[in-house]
Amino acid sequence: MEQFPVLAVGDFMLISLREDMSDTQVMNLQDELSKQVTLIRPKGVLIDISSLEIVGSFLGRMLSDIAKIVRILGAEVVIVGMQPTVAMTTVELGKTLGSVLTARNVNSGMGMLRLKTMSSTSLAAASGRS
Amino acid sequence: MNTVRDEIMPLQSESDLITVRQAVRIWMVPEGFNILEQTKMVTAVSELARNAITYGGGGEARLQLLADAARRGIRVTIIDHGVGIEDITKAMVDGYSTGSGLGLGLGGSKRLVDEFNIWSEPGQGTRVEITRWKQ
Repeated sequence: MEQFPVLAVGDFMLISLREDMSDTQVMNLQDELSKQVTLIRPKGVLIDISSLEIVGSFLGRMLSDIAKIVRILGAEVVIVGMQPTVAMTTVELGKTLGSVLTARNVNSGMGMLRLKTMSSTSLAAASGRS
Repeated sequence: MNTVRDEIMPLQSESDLITVRQAVRIWMVPEGFNILEQTKMVTAVSELARNAITYGGGGEARLQLLADAARRGIRVTIIDHGVGIEDITKAMVDGYSTGSGLGLGLGGSKRLVDEFNIWSEPGQGTRVEITRWKQ
C-alpha cells in the first residue's frame, strides 16, 4: 500500500492518489482499497485526486468503478480535489464520474461524508425502533 | 512551416505512456501554453497513446515543435502497426466501441486539440496526428 498513503480520520479513510500512476497501479489501487475497506470497515472513504494532472477515460472509469465497489462494501465515497483544468478537460473529453459524489477539497468532502453517514445511522436507529 | 524540434519516442508499455505524457508537458511549458492547454493536449495524447498500446500492439509517438511567421505549435503523431480501424467515421462517434465496450475516445480527443488527422488501413495500423497552436 506504500504507493497510496492511507490516513484514518475517525470513522473515515483518506487515500491520496499520486500523479502519473500506471494503469497497473490504478488496478492495484482498486484491489488494495477493496481489501482495506473490508478490513478497516470505515463509514466513508475520501479519495484525494488533487495531485492528478490528467484524468482520461481509463482513470475516470476506474475511479467510478472504485466508488461503486466501495459503496457495495458498505462505505460512502467522495472524490475530492479535482483540479479545475482537469475537470474542464474531462468534461470536454466526454467523460464524467457518473453518480460519484465529488467535493472541492478534503474538508468539504469530510462534511459531506458526515452528513451522509449521519443520516444512514439515524435511519437505521429509526427502523430499529419501529 | 518549420519544424523546430523533432523526436520519436517508443510506445510499447505503460511506462512509455507516462514518459510520452511527461515529455509533451515539458515541451509545452517553455512555449507559453497555459495549464489548461497543456492538460488538454496531454490528455488527448494519453487517450491516443493508450489506444496504440492496447489495441494497436504498440508503436511510437513523434513529437514536433512547429513554427511559422505567426505562431508556434506542438504536434504529436501516434503511430501503431496493429489491425487498423475499418470505419473511421464510425470510430469518431462518442461511445463507439470495438467490442470491448470501452470506446476509443477519438471524438473526445479531437475536441481537445486544434487539428486532428487520422489515417488507418485495415491490417496496416493507425496514425493519428494532433496539433495545438499557441497564437
